[in-house]
Amino acid sequence: MTNTLPVLESLVLAAVLFALGLICVLVRRNIVFMLMGLEIMLNAAGLAFIAAGARWGSADGQVMFIFILTLAAAEVSVGLALILQMFQRFKTVDVDVLRRMEG
Amino acid sequence: MLHLLWLVPLLPLLGFTTLVLLQRVLSRTATAIVGVGSVGLSCALALAIASNFLLAPPMGGAFTQTLWTWMQVGDFAPSISLRFDALSLVMMLVITVVGFFIHLYSAEFMAADRSYLRFFAYMNLFVASMLVLVLAGDLLFLFLGWEGVGLCSYLLIAFWHEDPHNCVCGRKAFIVTRIGDVGFLIALLLIFTELGSLDIHTLMQHASAQWPVGSPVAIATAVLLLAGALGKSAQVPLQTWLPEAMAGPTPVSALIHAATMVTAGMYLIARTHTLFELAPPVLLAVAIIGVLTLLISGFSALAQNDIKRILAYSTISQIGYMFLALGVGAWAAAIFHFLTHAFFKALLFLSAGVVIQALDEEHDIHRMGGLRTRLPAAFWSYLIGSASLAAVPLITAGFYSKDLIIASVWSSPLGGPWLWAGAVLGAFLTSVYIFRSVFIAFFGEPRTLVGQRPRARALIALTVLSIGALVIGFLEIPDIFGGGVHVLSEFLQQTLPRSAARPEPARVEWLLELVTVCISIAGIYLAYRLFLRRKPEAEALASTEDANLLRRFWGSGFGFDWVYYRVLVGPYEWFARVNRRDVLDVFYNTLAAISRMLYGMLRQTQTGNLRWYMGVLAAGGVVLVAIVVLT
Repeated sequence: MTNTLPVLESLVLAAVLFALGLICVLVRRNIVFMLMGLEIMLNAAGLAFIAAGARWGSADGQVMFIFILTLAAAEVSVGLALILQMFQRFKTVDVDVLRRMEG
Repeated sequence: MLHLLWLVPLLPLLGFTTLVLLQRVLSRTATAIVGVGSVGLSCALALAIASNFLLAPPMGGAFTQTLWTWMQVGDFAPSISLRFDALSLVMMLVITVVGFFIHLYSAEFMAADRSYLRFFAYMNLFVASMLVLVLAGDLLFLFLGWEGVGLCSYLLIAFWHEDPHNCVCGRKAFIVTRIGDVGFLIALLLIFTELGSLDIHTLMQHASAQWPVGSPVAIATAVLLLAGALGKSAQVPLQTWLPEAMAGPTPVSALIHAATMVTAGMYLIARTHTLFELAPPVLLAVAIIGVLTLLISGFSALAQNDIKRILAYSTISQIGYMFLALGVGAWAAAIFHFLTHAFFKALLFLSAGVVIQALDEEHDIHRMGGLRTRLPAAFWSYLIGSASLAAVPLITAGFYSKDLIIASVWSSPLGGPWLWAGAVLGAFLTSVYIFRSVFIAFFGEPRTLVGQRPRARALIALTVLSIGALVIGFLEIPDIFGGGVHVLSEFLQQTLPRSAARPEPARVEWLLELVTVCISIAGIYLAYRLFLRRKPEAEALASTEDANLLRRFWGSGFGFDWVYYRVLVGPYEWFARVNRRDVLDVFYNTLAAISRMLYGMLRQTQTGNLRWYMGVLAAGGVVLVAIVVLT
């Protein structure tokens, strides 16, 4: 079986995606965008699994990616529910407003 | 009949429990009936048992009743057992009879008191504990009674607890006697480890079989037991609590601090006499302490103005006589003096109580005066008590018992002329100080109004005790007065060894007898000259600088309290003040301060900013990866 997926490039792409997602989480104050950043980070991790699985010719990478997809779906459902709650209670999606919950 | 012995201490205990449990229900009359009645029943039963014992003595002169085993830990199995012999019979009779009449008197004396029930509850508990003390066949059971009477003494001294001074007095009595009790407790442990038993009869047999005379362990045991006895019986150097104990109601002083509890030390020594005979130096120490105590407290009593304090010092000094008798091996003489002392001292206290109540809580004898005609009942009973205390020859009980002690001190191989001289000087002091109080308080000009007079119940008690203070002495009459009677000492020989005596020629005996007779008369005459006739020369002598100094020194009880305050109490209080912030707390407070500081620092990181948490999380991840990659 020929190696159709270039490992190095895909890992670099995963790292770049991960960094972009992280920056999105850290920089954006809108909680919806932070959630999107998290999704990007999850997908970057998934891409790294797929690349590694292809490199060793193992199905484990793809199994792991399906797990991550499920995890992301669950996380989004919970996250969106929380965001709805937050919006109802604080009338904003700015995460810094939540600082008043400190203490 | 003898098997009912367990009921004697139980009846007062039942009285106590009834009073405590039904305190909301009982009226004052019912309280008096329960409180006095329980002791009265116990007294009647004790008399019945005693006559039974005398008519049909049990085998070996002692009756043992083991009720049950207290606890069992390996070999250690102290039992709740009673031992009834000649010694405990005399003690039991005195406690129940004198105790009953004092209870009867209290029913009237305390009638106006708010805490009528509490008083009788404590008194019944006291009588029960005291009976346990004298009837116990096991040293640990005896110790239970010993601590029980100490507790009741504390509770009753501080009975009027609204006045903080009374509480201080109660605490002082409790703590000072506790110092002696520590010695007693160590003695118990020592006896158990050395002899393997705390049953009094068994341990005596083991001790005389195992320990040679004068062996260190016997001496150590005797010294420790003596410490307990000194504390309880208020002997030098632990005598300072008894004058303070007069803060309690007068019947309490009569019952606990004159007739019964304070003689517990003497009882303990008589009970464990085998151990003391194995330690001759300790026996000598007992005699010397006795003489020192009777002299110191005799001089102190001379300078007191509070009638109850005079009687308190006189109690200390009379117990000093008992210790002296024990120390020279005149066991029966000590018990005899205990017997007469219980009657005449209870009588003195009760008549002093009548005076105090009639004069509206007046204790100072210089503010009394002229009570002879105005309170005749109190006067006659106080006079009889004083005559007995001062050993007025032939007609009073105190004469026979004190005379027996003084004679034994002379003739015993353990005694000698020095101890004898001390005892005679003490007898002289006794008649001076007690007749000083008689002449000042009952003769002369009236100085205060007389209020309440004694009624039936108090009069009965005073009469019976007066008769006792006169006739009890005829149990023991020396040989030279036509034949001689030795009922008590012959009876006590079943339990206590006969006192050894050098035979003296009749001439010497007559001479000694004459000395004791004269010395008491001389004391009374001196008191008469000094305090009733009041010669101007005597007044001038009494008001000099030196006399005042001496009076202050004697009045303070030879400064024992001052020394103890300086040496023990003062430094302790100083240390408590200095160490108010406990030194050990510094360590724990530092620990607490450090954790609080760390908490403050960590708290700064909890900003509530989600993105900040994220960033820290990411940074942590980076650091972890870097560590993994770089190493």
